[in-house]
Amino acid sequence: MLIPEDLKYSEEHEWVKVNGNMATIGITDYAQDQLGEIVYVELPAEGERFSKADAFGSVESVKSVNDIFSPLTGRVAEINDPLVDSPETINEEPYGEGWMIKIEMANKKELEDLMSADEYEVYISEETK
Amino acid sequence: MSPQHTLFYDIQKKMGARFVDFAGWEMPVYYSSITEEHQAVRQCAGLFDTSHMGQFLMTGSQAESALQHLTPNNIKRLQSGQCQYSAFLNENGMFIDDIILYKYHSEKFFICVNACNTEKDFRWVKDHLKGNAIVQDVSRDYALLALQGPQAESIIRSLTPDPQSLKGFHFMETQIGGIPLLISRTGYTGEDGFEIYIPTSSPNTASLWSIILEKGQPLGLRPAGLGARDTLRLEAAYSLYGHEINDQTTPWEAQLGWIVKMNGDDFIGKKALEQAREKGLKKIRIGIEMSEKGIARQDYPIEYEGRIVGKITSGTLSPTLLKAIAIGYIDPKFSAPGTKIHIDIRGKKRNANIVSLPFYKREI
Repeated sequence: MLIPEDLKYSEEHEWVKVNGNMATIGITDYAQDQLGEIVYVELPAEGERFSKADAFGSVESVKSVNDIFSPLTGRVAEINDPLVDSPETINEEPYGEGWMIKIEMANKKELEDLMSADEYEVYISEETK
Repeated sequence: MSPQHTLFYDIQKKMGARFVDFAGWEMPVYYSSITEEHQAVRQCAGLFDTSHMGQFLMTGSQAESALQHLTPNNIKRLQSGQCQYSAFLNENGMFIDDIILYKYHSEKFFICVNACNTEKDFRWVKDHLKGNAIVQDVSRDYALLALQGPQAESIIRSLTPDPQSLKGFHFMETQIGGIPLLISRTGYTGEDGFEIYIPTSSPNTASLWSIILEKGQPLGLRPAGLGARDTLRLEAAYSLYGHEINDQTTPWEAQLGWIVKMNGDDFIGKKALEQAREKGLKKIRIGIEMSEKGIARQDYPIEYEGRIVGKITSGTLSPTLLKAIAIGYIDPKFSAPGTKIHIDIRGKKRNANIVSLPFYKREI
């Protein structure tokens, strides 16, 4: 299971990559593996605002549909449009081409609530016990 | 309560199966990918472990009439060595379960029931048993494998010594690698195939999994999980208990009227079914194809011109059609194929069409 060192992680299995005021968000390798083959992705519109823990979109596998919760408060600056036509990208490259949205953060303090790679590794090993 | 495991659990785990809890059993949901396993069954063959399903044995000089009282299909038409799709219905003519009956002879029948209903069914059968007949729950005595797909017959022929071919909905007792078996030409995928009942008392029962897989591998056989089983049965529009059929649904509504023989002997639920037919149906089972993105899933509302007229019972992305398909119940007034409807997918109204069932039919 891939857990890149330079990312932050939420309990809902999203990853966050911070670049200045901007946060790129996707779902983790563990999350895509749990879901299985992803067949649909629903993304928000650019400019939409979300509070921390709001559902901003969903990913749907053959077996189930799952809301994706925003780990941060902010405004959607960019969405990864190509995902809508090739949702399997999330399975193939969850941390690369499989990113979902970029958010302009409203409150950078919220980053402190996220886990480091080491903490996330412990978190998922507890969950799978 | 810790989940139950089938005889093949260890070997499946070793093969890298992903498991899911189903009716108290930890069952393989897929080995590599639901869609790949689905395609294998449509194009070559797949091997499913369905040992979680329940089995009863009914014996006695009046077993036949006792079973007729409990099931709506005509048992008297059933020959020795034949199987029959039927049901247990309650006094309201609604489903307790759907079942397959196996007739050895008029004093011995084998019954296959759904895993999630085994205990409920057994209690109900015992409580409603008439005359000289005994029912035993033999679920623990049998493991069950389903070999399904266009190559299934070639694979079975290479494994069993019996030269004669088995006709659809017939069964025989035979053996593979010295293990005694009951094999029926039945299935739940929309393909040709076999279901193989294996007595768990045989010392090397678990080896059968590998024996069949090895023999079938050159013909494209691969292990398949409950995930593919569900997408396959949905394309073939087979009903699943807890989704299309339950204790609020009659066979008329489920479009399973063909398993109900109203001109035959009495059975539990017959009177209610007569009345239900006279009154007219409130809902009917239909097929749905999405014309917009999204998958219609169980309990999503079906709308016609802004009004809720039904709901979804099962839905998936069809690996064969590459479209989102669903089965649901709708007010019969709106049930004609071609009718344009909306599915409320988590608050978003998505366009869909009513289509005739099944979604997939194999070429014979």
